[in-house]
Amino acid sequence: MRSMEGSQIADKVDLPLLDRSYRDPRGVLSTLLSVVTGAATVIACIPLFSVLIMLFWRGGAKLSWQLFVELPPTAFEEGGGFGNAIVGTLVMVGLAALISVPFGIFAAVFLAEFGPDSKLAAGAHFCAKTLTGLPSILAGVFAYAAVVMVTGTYSAPAGGVALALLMLPTVLLTAQEAMKMVPVRMKEAAVGMGCTRSQVIWKVVLPTALPGILTGVMLAVARASGETAPLLFTALFSNYWLVQDGHLGLMEPTASLAVLIYNFSGMPFENQIEMAWAAALVLVLLVLVINIIGQLFSRQRV
Amino acid sequence: MALPATEREETAGLGHEGTTTGSISRPPSTFDVCVDQVFRGLTLVFAGLTILLVLYVVLEIGGKAAPAMQKYGLSFITSTSWDVNKARFGVLPEIWGTLYSSVLALLLGGFFGVSIAIFLTQDFLPPKLELLFKNIVELLAAIPSVVYGLWGIFVLIPAIRPAADWLHQHFGWIPFFSTSLSGPGMLPAALVLTIMVLPTISAISRDALSAVPPRLKEAAFGMGATRWEAILRVILPTASTGIFGALMLGFGRALGETMALAMLVGNSNQLSLSLFSPANTLAALLALNFPEADKRQEQVLMYAAVLLLAITLLVNICGAAVLRRATARLSGGGK
Repeated sequence: MRSMEGSQIADKVDLPLLDRSYRDPRGVLSTLLSVVTGAATVIACIPLFSVLIMLFWRGGAKLSWQLFVELPPTAFEEGGGFGNAIVGTLVMVGLAALISVPFGIFAAVFLAEFGPDSKLAAGAHFCAKTLTGLPSILAGVFAYAAVVMVTGTYSAPAGGVALALLMLPTVLLTAQEAMKMVPVRMKEAAVGMGCTRSQVIWKVVLPTALPGILTGVMLAVARASGETAPLLFTALFSNYWLVQDGHLGLMEPTASLAVLIYNFSGMPFENQIEMAWAAALVLVLLVLVINIIGQLFSRQRV
Repeated sequence: MALPATEREETAGLGHEGTTTGSISRPPSTFDVCVDQVFRGLTLVFAGLTILLVLYVVLEIGGKAAPAMQKYGLSFITSTSWDVNKARFGVLPEIWGTLYSSVLALLLGGFFGVSIAIFLTQDFLPPKLELLFKNIVELLAAIPSVVYGLWGIFVLIPAIRPAADWLHQHFGWIPFFSTSLSGPGMLPAALVLTIMVLPTISAISRDALSAVPPRLKEAAFGMGATRWEAILRVILPTASTGIFGALMLGFGRALGETMALAMLVGNSNQLSLSLFSPANTLAALLALNFPEADKRQEQVLMYAAVLLLAITLLVNICGAAVLRRATARLSGGGK
């Protein structure tokens, strides 16, 4: 029966029409567009490889232990390093995380658990979305107006505030998404055992959503580590260690890897330019490692 | 073990109410309820603070800009001179540079981004290769912009200079090629900007394309459409709202991008159509002038920051609204 039907259909269909032919303009167009999009995809990968190769070639050549423990060189000085910039980046990103992570998670708890349908939650969600589009330089302008102009000095906390403003929306929105993914029956079971809503959140929702939340935090930290614009006129730059002569100079201009790259890339000295490449390599490796750690967390989630 | 059923239930019940150690189930104590209320209050406060924070950012920047806004008014936007000594300030060239570089990045990034999104969602490649390319394109977003700036100065500009010189010599009569590329300029800046908006555009477009119900494509194939006829006439139109949103968000990112532009655009206060002439953008203006600004210049720069804030917020909010409509329409249509 079936084979008969098949042959009947085959009789009615004009089989040559179904053949792929390069004399047919439709087939040619199809192949052409496939080639164009494929080529576009491959071309788009070139910059990444070019950047990575240049980083390892020019930055890797300069890489040595000395870079991590010495201070930046002055104009005609040879050698030197960017130890203080690495410390500065870590301190400022740490400060930013101290501000933005609790802030973001608390707000996310409200958005995901206590008032998901409230007007406040909708407003906060909209504001967080808006903040994701905030140009990083404007975070710097804000921190300049709110911290530098008030305290009267460029400082690490000012840089931290600027970075925190950029990290907050990422932390908040990913934490909210992660908490939404926690199965309702787990929360119901906890309520059934006599937990208050807060206990449900602390003992069930947050531990379950932790991998997702950590992924968001890591993404935010990775992004903040590479940011330059918000630090340019909040933390400025410094040629000295954060701890100088035994006292901690938090309220003084602070060096960072990103600003070091920017400053040194415009200098006419070969030593500084090589150092900018080495610093770029260190910065990219740092950012990639943090990203990969974040990815590992998210893989745990399932 | 051989207790009657009623007695068994009683002992079980006793175990629950008598000792709290025997079971983890118990009603919350007054302390628990207090903690609960405090915690609820705290989360509410932080959610509210998120809204206040945005208002604070706008008011803080706006407030600091107010004196300059009163003093210069609209002439700030229409004037082309930036002279600190004569206290004449205008940002028309910067606004032009911001829009011009972003539009160029949008055109190039849009073409590449959407091409990549199509190539990686329409089964051109085996899933493993698709994932590999997807990760590579996403990695582009992980590289800090200052590193792109460095790369632009030492790799990109020397690489495009021969082509730029050739175009200027042979096609100098076209306004786009009317000057020679002396180093930093609009083209290298726009190219790096393209690389930076590419991941945004391709990721969101890919989401939009994968959200198209497969049955639409299958129906098109069933009618005898070639792969590209199905893509161009069925899939792209269905996903068009989402792709448009992706382009808007990419445009928003390009407008606010700072470092790569500050390093590559040349910081020159001129209005020019030429791709090879140096220019300036609002964000680069802020980055370059803020660190050594005096009180008066500070206010003027705050004014420029307000303009940048207004432009990017507008574009981003429109983009988000378009995307929300796109998802609402698709999920509504799917049911």
